[in-house]
Amino acid sequence: MQSKRKIRVLIAKPGLDSHDRGAKVVARALRDAGMEVIYTGLRQTPEQIVETALQEDVDVIGLSILSGAHKALFPRIMELLKEKGLTDVMVFAGGIIPDEDVPEMKKLGIKEIFGPGTPTEKIIQFVLENAPKRA
Amino acid sequence: MQKLSKIEEIAQGVLAGDRRSIARAITIIENDAPEAKRLIAKIYPHTGKAHIIGLTGPGGSGKSTLIEKIVREYRRRDKTVGVVAVDPTSPFTGGAFLGDRIRMQELSTDEGVFIRSMATRNYPGGIAKATRDAVKILDAAGKDIVIVETVGAGQSEVEIIKVAETIVVIHAPGLGDDIQAIKAGLMEIADIFVVNKADRENAEKAVTDIQAMLQLNTKEKAWKPPVLKTIALTGEGVPQLIEKLEQHRTFLKKEKAEERSLLRAETELVEAIKEKAVNSIIEELKREGKFEEALQKIAARKIDPNSVAEELLHSKFKKAK
Repeated sequence: MQSKRKIRVLIAKPGLDSHDRGAKVVARALRDAGMEVIYTGLRQTPEQIVETALQEDVDVIGLSILSGAHKALFPRIMELLKEKGLTDVMVFAGGIIPDEDVPEMKKLGIKEIFGPGTPTEKIIQFVLENAPKRA
Repeated sequence: MQKLSKIEEIAQGVLAGDRRSIARAITIIENDAPEAKRLIAKIYPHTGKAHIIGLTGPGGSGKSTLIEKIVREYRRRDKTVGVVAVDPTSPFTGGAFLGDRIRMQELSTDEGVFIRSMATRNYPGGIAKATRDAVKILDAAGKDIVIVETVGAGQSEVEIIKVAETIVVIHAPGLGDDIQAIKAGLMEIADIFVVNKADRENAEKAVTDIQAMLQLNTKEKAWKPPVLKTIALTGEGVPQLIEKLEQHRTFLKKEKAEERSLLRAETELVEAIKEKAVNSIIEELKREGKFEEALQKIAARKIDPNSVAEELLHSKFKKAK
């Protein structure tokens, strides 16, 4: 029997900024590419994001942040994911993240970071290629 | 100890209330994976304990916001709650944007609550094909209450009656007049009516319209659906709603509980038999090459689909005898 798998993506906004345009554009683009996109809404704590990823059993998490707090919030999110055993979830990020922070973020396990102006096709392509192939 | 198969491990996790296992189990069912049926077989004997509530109504009436408040009230009463929130899949791209959770996010870190968003994947009737089995998973996992939120339903999306024991139909002022209220479908399945956004103009009129519609009922019913007012944003009216939900549950236990559960069992059995029978017949016809042959004939307008189906089934069942 054929399994009807869909890529499930959580688009989350950690931190206190309320600029959700980017998150919504990416959510919409992934939806139109045939994925199931869960959106958390604004001002999520790392705990809420990771617990949502667990309950929704997502394959991918996209983090959108423009407040500059990524250096505080991303490590916590990655740590919680590990703690809860969600190590097979692919994480990418977007928003305003200075170039000099990128290597540090990637070292945490964040697979890619997309800055302003990234074409949505590029993000779709990236998610399709990098979403974990789970049973 | 003997090594458990993956499915057995997940089933045991579900029964122990493990959140990761619950999440995986629902995914397996949603994807209609080969193990899905085995998983349901394992957990089925442990279901039937939760109170299953369906919440339906038009988009924008406040379903998600109201559910958030309902869950909080149940938590105050020390009940654990599972929520399955259904949103539509795009028939064009197959994608979906699942946004019901946004209104419930504060509940996501409460250990006594489990929320799952689900896309319809083009199943008709306001829920997903997997919704019924996802409810079973949450029931078996020990949730006292399981709430299903349908997609924003207009008039005839009544599939929820196959899943839930108590149906709440939610309306909001300004979404339609008394003519809408006497239409068939959604309005007929309610055990409880809620007029949400009751602080708005015309709320009283919406209540009267529904009550007037109910008075047109010619059949005497043992349960008379009450019409309640809520303001989901502030939580006003929610404790009264919970009281009615509890009353309905008690009513169900006393009256017709067996009848209803037999009815649900019948629906499920008939559907399961249909699915299996249809699939196996079609597969066999395909193996024999008759399916493709018939398609050609139909496409060439030599014969109509009904006659072909009759012919094929006739020859098949004669052979079986």
